[in-house]
Amino acid sequence: MPPKGRIVVNEMYCKGCELCIASCPQEVLALANDHITAKGYHPATIIAEGCTGCAICSIVCPEAAITVYREKTGANRIPA
Amino acid sequence: MALNESEMETMVYERPEALTNGITHYCPGCTHGTAHRLIAEVIDEMGLRDKTIGVASVGCSVFAYNYFDFDFVQAPHGRAPAMATGVKRVLPDRIVMTYQGDGDLASIGMAEIVHAAARGENISVFFLNNANYGMTGGQMAPTTLPGQKTTSSPNGRDVETQGYPIKVSELLSTLDGASYVVRRSLHDAKNIRLAKKAIRMAFETQVRGLGFSMVELLSICPTNWGMTPLNSLQWLEEKMVPYYPLGDYKVHPAVAEIKI
Repeated sequence: MPPKGRIVVNEMYCKGCELCIASCPQEVLALANDHITAKGYHPATIIAEGCTGCAICSIVCPEAAITVYREKTGANRIPA
Repeated sequence: MALNESEMETMVYERPEALTNGITHYCPGCTHGTAHRLIAEVIDEMGLRDKTIGVASVGCSVFAYNYFDFDFVQAPHGRAPAMATGVKRVLPDRIVMTYQGDGDLASIGMAEIVHAAARGENISVFFLNNANYGMTGGQMAPTTLPGQKTTSSPNGRDVETQGYPIKVSELLSTLDGASYVVRRSLHDAKNIRLAKKAIRMAFETQVRGLGFSMVELLSICPTNWGMTPLNSLQWLEEKMVPYYPLGDYKVHPAVAEIKI
């Protein structure tokens, strides 16, 4: 099972340059064409299941707009 | 057993603390932002934020002081290495970096950078090379490729009348005062990782007092090149990287021993 992750795109910073979309190995990113940011760009967003939290999108993001989370598995999981 | 969010997942990446909350004025896709982010990440990782002083250049990066959350000054017209020299000599315990573009460093400030390197000033220079003058509207710079069309070379750079591009890393690597001179690119995730490592090495060189360090970063300028950010990255990889080969041009033996 590949690890599961998710990203949060800060729409204050995202300028819709699409670099993260092109670099996503899972191809689960796209521009959100249903809304625009305060600066007038369509921001990047996750459009499908399959994010592994690999963080490549955050490495190529010129605006440091992406926060990446990865689900803990097995021994890394601390019970509540 | 119910797990709350922080126990369920780990944060893999978040915006570095050494960046302010400011929204950059850079065009979408501009790798200035990438370079800012890498420098901020390295400063956070090394815990240098309280004692770093940056010197911004003239050009698009003139407002860098609005985006980095540490002390910053701005030096007009290529004088960043001269100002950094003064700052470092007065405050030798601080980490002093300059952040310069190719119009600033390779043209109007060529004398300053060459002499700062020749003197072996203990500063770190980050040199963004995007093959044109970005801020003023995409004119031909010393780093513009032969045949490259810019607003001031509409038929492409003609080397017979306009000369050849200056390869700054190669040039500075001939100076005995320079300790760490490398060229990296920002066109894909792998090269961005390598660039970050080089930025780390530049700061490590300075922390150890080993002298002048410079990292040249090949960058894109989508607006002035007239391309989308993605096409710009492709152009960088296909056209700029062959002309400006990536690699280590000068690594002093003492720097080569640094393990990080």
